[in-house]
Amino acid sequence: MPTRGSGALDGIACGKETHKCDAGMQDTLLNIEDLKTYFYTFEGVARAVDGVSYRLRDGEALGIVGESGCGKSVSALSTLRLIPDPPGRIVGGRILFNGTNLLELTNRQMRKIRGNHISMIFQEPMTSLNPVLTVGGQIAEAFRLHQGLERREATEKSIDMLRMVNIPSPANRVHQYPHELSGGMRQRVMIAMALACRPEILIADEPTTALDVTIQAQIIDLMLELKEQLGMAIVLITHDLGIIANTVERVIIMYAGKIVEEAPTRSIFRKPLHPYTRGLIRAMLRLGSKIESGRVRLEEIPGVVPSLYDLPPGCRFSTRCPRVMAMCRKEEPELREVDERHFCRCWLTRHGG
Amino acid sequence: MRNLEMGDLLLEVTNLKKYFPIRGGVFNRKVGYVRAVDGVSFYLKRGESFGIVGESGCGKSTAARAILRLIEPTEGSVLFEGGDVLSLTKKGLRSLRRDMQMIFQDPYASLDPRRRIGQIIAEPLNVFNIYSNKAEKQDRISYLLNKVGLQVGDSRRYPHEFSGGQRQRIGIARALAMNPKLIIGDEPVSALDVSIQAQIINLLEDIQEEFGLSYIIIAHDLAVVEHICDRIAVMYLGKIVESAPDVELYTNPRHPYTQALLSAVPIADPDHKRERIHLTGDVPSPVTSLPGCNFYTRCPARMEICAARIPELIDIGGEHCVACHRTSSPT
Repeated sequence: MPTRGSGALDGIACGKETHKCDAGMQDTLLNIEDLKTYFYTFEGVARAVDGVSYRLRDGEALGIVGESGCGKSVSALSTLRLIPDPPGRIVGGRILFNGTNLLELTNRQMRKIRGNHISMIFQEPMTSLNPVLTVGGQIAEAFRLHQGLERREATEKSIDMLRMVNIPSPANRVHQYPHELSGGMRQRVMIAMALACRPEILIADEPTTALDVTIQAQIIDLMLELKEQLGMAIVLITHDLGIIANTVERVIIMYAGKIVEEAPTRSIFRKPLHPYTRGLIRAMLRLGSKIESGRVRLEEIPGVVPSLYDLPPGCRFSTRCPRVMAMCRKEEPELREVDERHFCRCWLTRHGG
Repeated sequence: MRNLEMGDLLLEVTNLKKYFPIRGGVFNRKVGYVRAVDGVSFYLKRGESFGIVGESGCGKSTAARAILRLIEPTEGSVLFEGGDVLSLTKKGLRSLRRDMQMIFQDPYASLDPRRRIGQIIAEPLNVFNIYSNKAEKQDRISYLLNKVGLQVGDSRRYPHEFSGGQRQRIGIARALAMNPKLIIGDEPVSALDVSIQAQIINLLEDIQEEFGLSYIIIAHDLAVVEHICDRIAVMYLGKIVESAPDVELYTNPRHPYTQALLSAVPIADPDHKRERIHLTGDVPSPVTSLPGCNFYTRCPARMEICAARIPELIDIGGEHCVACHRTSSPT
């Protein structure tokens, strides 16, 4: 860990070496407060992320679930300040990483965060790898930039990383190009790259969506194994509730740019409170459901997600909600703690049940 | 199949093959083949839904296209209502396509962005010159839009004005326009969000009942296929490795690949703990032809014979067929 850098960064560096040095924050590693990311386009302002707050504890696995356009990826990209500007802009909120507000850092300081303290892997491993560089070279880049290693040393460490993500014959693979690898293998390389500097947080944005089922299972298992081994926190972003159920401790459900429900994983599945969460769980296909009940009609959530340019007044789910009331169309409910660690944004649950 | 009347059988596919040549070298000669579909046989009864599952590159989409002759199969036979599809002339094929329609995976790519919804749905009607009367045609379009859950006024709008789920509804309306007997859906819901997926699956099941359709549904998602289909075939590297009625396949999978596939499907239940069968390695290239079972390289239960002989797809009773040496010669 190079020690040059400004005061803001020193705080982080100290966090990296001694882990929790900031007693005031307890074990909160990442604290996102009222994050707002808007996109300014010809059609108007799309409020893609509109007041999202959550905390990530040290070593925790958090899931963020939602359908396309709900803001789950944009909130993750905002955390690393990877939003293309224009058209996107983070217009409000704070992203506190070990007590440092990432939104106040210079670009140079931010580069020391990305890949070093917070890493990200993406859905499409082919488009996120550079096709004209060997995979070894791409992993080594992290070591050379963040740890100042020499080429030879960095390559050796890259081989170690490939071994860690269970790539067979890593010493040969390290010299191959992305197109020579299969999809599952590429995602392993992405993971190796992301974990090269042992980050405290790994953000995985739909890491297995482009992969086949059998490969998907391998990748998820690998990520969980490495999380235990390296003691990092994971933010798993997905549209698939099935993946979430057995992998994360806590789940956030997003809809049209807002968090609508947040709870420990078991509560989300056993006692979902928000009508949207309930709808999602009921609409899910369950393998083997025919054995008990024959073919049953799936429960559907009627209608479509509202356009981010033209959101309904009041609750954003009110246009599709089966239990909509007059006040839902007028006023937006707050995200309230309904049960212990169980938050819900709905007028139905405002009295605690 | 044996105990069926010919009239019950809508489609019979026997030993279907599609090899894509690989050209290379100085004279651009054929240097090999990609065996995308390598001897696939199945049948479809009237009113039945048949599902084909498999991972990417297993040949499931190629098989569907070859049946419709959207690509020309290399070998095999396809009988539709007893008539040979592969020997049809261009003209004969055209009238056959009235009866066989297709729904595609990507509702963004499968609709012409410059045409109004009404024109898109009217296209098959125009091709076959069904309505000479404009008002009648308009009625038919309105009827179809209604059936798939869209508004009559939507026929004046363009595809970009619709969401993915609505576009898939338009694709379904277009497929329904000719009153087909068979609809082949190639990953019809895999591009859609969970809540929309349920809407489209329900729609597919509703129109099947109403119009007496038969389906071939191709998907990588076992849960989708299991929900819609009565019988399911599992494909691996161009071959069907197992086929069985829905519940039978789920409760009594016999092929090691089917077992692994089932165990890998994530279950949305936080208390559900189960043993996953880990497949090591990747799917081998479909270019090299193996002397034995295609699954040999990854199979957790492989035997000596598996490397040497290709297992036949054998009926083990109750429409359950398995291509595995373990089932045919238990040791």
